[in-house]
Amino acid sequence: MKEATVQLPRQMSTLAADIDNMYYFIFWVSVVFFVAIMGAAIWFLIKYRRDKNPQSTPPGHHDVLELFWTFAPLLLLIPMFHFGFRGYVQAMVAPDKALEIRVRGKQWVWDFYYPGDTEATPGELVVPMGKPVKMQMSSLDVLHSFYVPEFRVKRDVVPGMYSSVWFQATAITSKYNKQENKVEGEPLDLFCTEYCGTSHSQMLAKVHVVSPEDYAAFIAGKDVPPEGKPLAEVGAELYKKNACNTCHTVDGSKLVGPSFKGLFGRNESFEDGSTQVVDENYIRQSILQPQAKITKGFGGATMPVFVMKDWKIDALIEYIKSLK
Amino acid sequence: MATAVASTEEHPNYLTHETGWKSWAFTLDHKRIGLMYLAAILLAFLAGGIFALLVRTELAFRGETIMGPTWYNKSFTLHGAIMVFLFIIPSIPGALGNFFLPIMLGAKDVAFPRLNLASFYIYLLGAGFLLYSILTNAVDTGWTFYTPYSANSSTSVMSTTLGVFILGFSSILTGVNFVTTIHTMRAPGLHWRRLPLFVWGQYATSVIQVLATPVLAVTVLLLTIEHGFHLGIFDPKLGGDPVLFQHFFWFYSHPAVYIMILPGMAVVNELIATFTRRAIFGYMFVAMSSVSLALLGFLVWGHHMFVAGMSEYSTMVFSALTFLVAIPSGVKVFNWTATLYKGSISFASPMLWALSFLFLFTIGGLTGLFLGTLSVDVHLHDTYFVVAHFHYVMVGGTVMGFVGGLHYWWPKMTGKMYNETLARIAWFLVFIGFNITFMSQFVMGSQGMPRRYWDYLERFRMMHGFSSIGALILGVGFTIMLIMFIMSLKSGKKAPRNPWGSAGFEWNTTTPPHPHNFEATPVIRRGPYDYHLATEEELAST
Repeated sequence: MKEATVQLPRQMSTLAADIDNMYYFIFWVSVVFFVAIMGAAIWFLIKYRRDKNPQSTPPGHHDVLELFWTFAPLLLLIPMFHFGFRGYVQAMVAPDKALEIRVRGKQWVWDFYYPGDTEATPGELVVPMGKPVKMQMSSLDVLHSFYVPEFRVKRDVVPGMYSSVWFQATAITSKYNKQENKVEGEPLDLFCTEYCGTSHSQMLAKVHVVSPEDYAAFIAGKDVPPEGKPLAEVGAELYKKNACNTCHTVDGSKLVGPSFKGLFGRNESFEDGSTQVVDENYIRQSILQPQAKITKGFGGATMPVFVMKDWKIDALIEYIKSLK
Repeated sequence: MATAVASTEEHPNYLTHETGWKSWAFTLDHKRIGLMYLAAILLAFLAGGIFALLVRTELAFRGETIMGPTWYNKSFTLHGAIMVFLFIIPSIPGALGNFFLPIMLGAKDVAFPRLNLASFYIYLLGAGFLLYSILTNAVDTGWTFYTPYSANSSTSVMSTTLGVFILGFSSILTGVNFVTTIHTMRAPGLHWRRLPLFVWGQYATSVIQVLATPVLAVTVLLLTIEHGFHLGIFDPKLGGDPVLFQHFFWFYSHPAVYIMILPGMAVVNELIATFTRRAIFGYMFVAMSSVSLALLGFLVWGHHMFVAGMSEYSTMVFSALTFLVAIPSGVKVFNWTATLYKGSISFASPMLWALSFLFLFTIGGLTGLFLGTLSVDVHLHDTYFVVAHFHYVMVGGTVMGFVGGLHYWWPKMTGKMYNETLARIAWFLVFIGFNITFMSQFVMGSQGMPRRYWDYLERFRMMHGFSSIGALILGVGFTIMLIMFIMSLKSGKKAPRNPWGSAGFEWNTTTPPHPHNFEATPVIRRGPYDYHLATEEELAST
């Protein structure tokens, strides 16, 4: 792993070194050209300024010079193209034995499905160090783009088709905590880089790189409900993990969706004119079938479906109940 | 070119020979139409600038500063759409080109004066649609209108895209008009090798406008049909393909980059020649580099989509072709630098803008190499690095060229001089402010800061802060310039015929120009930059 520089973030994947070498090659070529051109220009500007040189010399042209600076740059451009393409193909074509994790982008959450999963793990990606990992990506609604600067990978996530990126992480950022059944550390940031609407800038996720052993432990303990923790507290964690907070606040302020504060037990009016008191069944329905009842005044946004296990729904209901 | 060199007082001029609003609203005079275009695009520039400042103010601090994400998204969309469609594309051709192209050719007017007036009114109609969409619900799709987001957005996408559709016709008509004028209306003796490079640049631009703009029209029409009638073209839910939209869109919008930059380069040729009193070095190479940029511009649209889901082989072809763009761009920069050699260089305000063009465009061009290189582009795509790159080209290039041209030709257009000290102060603030704004964006971009983000992580805070301070300085600079030009109109000194001592053909007419440009059709006996052949009488200021 190479530390961050002024220009580039840390190198955290096997692809990064090649890409950075190209970056710095182009950077120094540019610096040399810029300094040479501007140096010549400034020298001429000083030497031939009008009070020093009141009479210009009639025009010249120099065909050999023209042909030289028309074709000589190719000597630098061709290697840039060649090595750029080589690096690109490396970044696009995953090794055969890569671990496949499915990614589903939706406004404004990243859902991850580990091998065999039918239920998503939102907002948090855990990958083993030193193993090639391929992200098999699709979108539920609009365009998104998967970007982890430290890995130097990016690929658009397009509705109606699959796209993929792969990477092999070179350093550990996090450790699996067995007591808490949680991965902890200093994760990398995953950004959405294709504009996807109101909360585009909130469509972030965390990427934990762990040792292969920790990865196995994380997979084994992934869907076990936590013990010895108040249910509302578990719900609060799920509220953040599922990125509910990008649309629903807990302090009464209005975002794309209604706030959770004081929601439970309230008599809510809907877009179709009906009303209902918010109870456990209403919240359950709103998670699993968000389009069934749309709160009055919030018809403009479309909440995606969230498929989750009952204990998670229980925890979320308990959490919403606690927000008086 | 010995005609019409006399004192200006006795001559009728295009500003005063007819009066009343009808004489403007129904004028067929390319100079008056150019002036009306100028007023309109400066208003658009002001509006686009206000949205830019709103965006930078919101981003000055983390979290919500002055607006929420909904209005932020609308602001950056409107900044982009207004600047591209209402300001940069029509700026130099519509205002300066309309005014000076026929004069430089020694013609009385453009080939189709009525079409010229029509193109201005079509521009106003298109602008009206955009204004309507701003006043109703604005638009939040980004100026690129990517599907399927734009197909389902609840904002005023329909009126905006219809506005863009209409504006396209204005652009096409101007292009047709200029191509015809340049082919058929050159004065006796003005053969192609004597054509001012400004005209060569306008010629290349017009060809792109005529060939590429219809594709935009088709694209936004399809988008409007999809949005209005739910016919599946680009939206996968209806059976369409979102990547197809990107191909369509960039098939126009990449050539449009050259519609924007070539006129800026065209102006800079005139400025450098006049203020070095020397012919542009390698004239024919510079002229042909414009034509080859126009042609290459059609072949590289795919470089906007390297990570969008194209095959590796398509990206390979697009990357290779993209590198070829570096060659004509380099030819221009090298020749401009060589022109300075053994010139007699003046640092009057228009030249300061031309030199900033040279400085900033070179940075804009060199940073394009990073983005043309496939593997590096994967990291930089859709980050602030791209934002900085195209602002260095579009603002550092086109806007510097446009503003330089405006300073250069202002005396001829209005008959008034302006305050040179204020002009220099404004230039200095814009130049410094611009570099602070966008140099910090290069840094945060290569560090990984994505575009179109309403909020950002702590590690990008410092660079966003710098960028916003730079934008403030930039705004102050342009405000001083606006005041300076208004002062000039109100109380500027009377401008002489040829204040810069230029050998360019347009300076041979009276100031402000005669309603028919010249009293008699001039006969051209030298090139526009032949200072050694120009008579002293021609180069004299009065």
